[in-house]
Amino acid sequence: MLYGFTFLVLFQLAGEMLSRGLHLPVPGPVLGMLLLAAWCTLRRGVDDRVGRVCQALLRYMALLFVPAGVGLMLLGPLLRDEGWAMLAVLVLSTVVTLLVSAWTLQMLLRRFPARDE
Amino acid sequence: MELLNPLDSDAMLLALRTAPFLWLGVTAACYLLAERLYERSGQFALLHPVLVSIALLMGILKASAVSYADYFQGAQLYHWLLGTATVALAVPLFDNLQRVRTLLWPLLLALLVGGLAGMLTALLFGKLFGLSPQVLVSFVPKSVTTPIAMALSQHAGGLPALTANVVILTGILGAMAVLPLLRLARIDSDIAGGFALGIAAHGVGTARAFQLSPTAGAFAGLAMGLNGVFTSLTLPALLRLWPA
Repeated sequence: MLYGFTFLVLFQLAGEMLSRGLHLPVPGPVLGMLLLAAWCTLRRGVDDRVGRVCQALLRYMALLFVPAGVGLMLLGPLLRDEGWAMLAVLVLSTVVTLLVSAWTLQMLLRRFPARDE
Repeated sequence: MELLNPLDSDAMLLALRTAPFLWLGVTAACYLLAERLYERSGQFALLHPVLVSIALLMGILKASAVSYADYFQGAQLYHWLLGTATVALAVPLFDNLQRVRTLLWPLLLALLVGGLAGMLTALLFGKLFGLSPQVLVSFVPKSVTTPIAMALSQHAGGLPALTANVVILTGILGAMAVLPLLRLARIDSDIAGGFALGIAAHGVGTARAFQLSPTAGAFAGLAMGLNGVFTSLTLPALLRLWPA
């Protein structure tokens, strides 16, 4: 467990340092994820010890959003003023995104059927 | 001789209030309870464990007059781990990337169109309905998985707390609306439906796609990973171009 965790934290730190050091607009943990994905591609696989820690972290990832999500309680006035507008944006944007993505891919799949390998 | 009171309730309460790990335990307990409720309800989308845990904790904090700052101080270990868990997303991303090869161009084009649609529709409808600038920024990454969306929102000057809730609600809405929408738009391809769910509704949508079919689920997982990467790389530039 400890080996895999240390490995992940090293990639997280590398991502954070790259993000700050190069003033990149991409957040550190996201860069860390990209670096690790690149590493796995280079190594053509995922180290078992790393894979196990990832699985454990991802299993409970939803719990990790909760402390930040509870911060919604500080946004009461904002929700009172803009709550309905937010709901409208959320519904319309999600519906359009879903339809546009599905329709685009279906059209493309008909035009370019899968190659046989 | 005076009887000693074996239980000093004041000291016990003090211990409860000052234990730094109290809110770690309460948060975990609320989450476990919410998860059980979700399973019991047959995975009813509106009872998503994250939403239920947040509501439970807000109730507990209000009832016990504990400030959010004090709560967060106690529970922030989880928040710190969120960054590490985000790095861990590389593993499913890598696994799913193996699938891209056969359908490379259609999938990448659909990612481009769908990923941009997710951000641009948030900006356009947000402008239309008069969202304030900080709220608007918090909405733009709402289609990507919560940890990435929160990091992007914070980086771009949004409100990560709002983003976390908006992202989960987006996922729930996508999961609930997908079947009627696909029927309406006459989408019969499992690949297209699953991929769209992953692009528009991230992990919650992916879970829903696995209920529809294994193919839909696999492509949803792939789309969620790809859109996380695509949105991270394009959102900052898009916000810079957007006339605020």
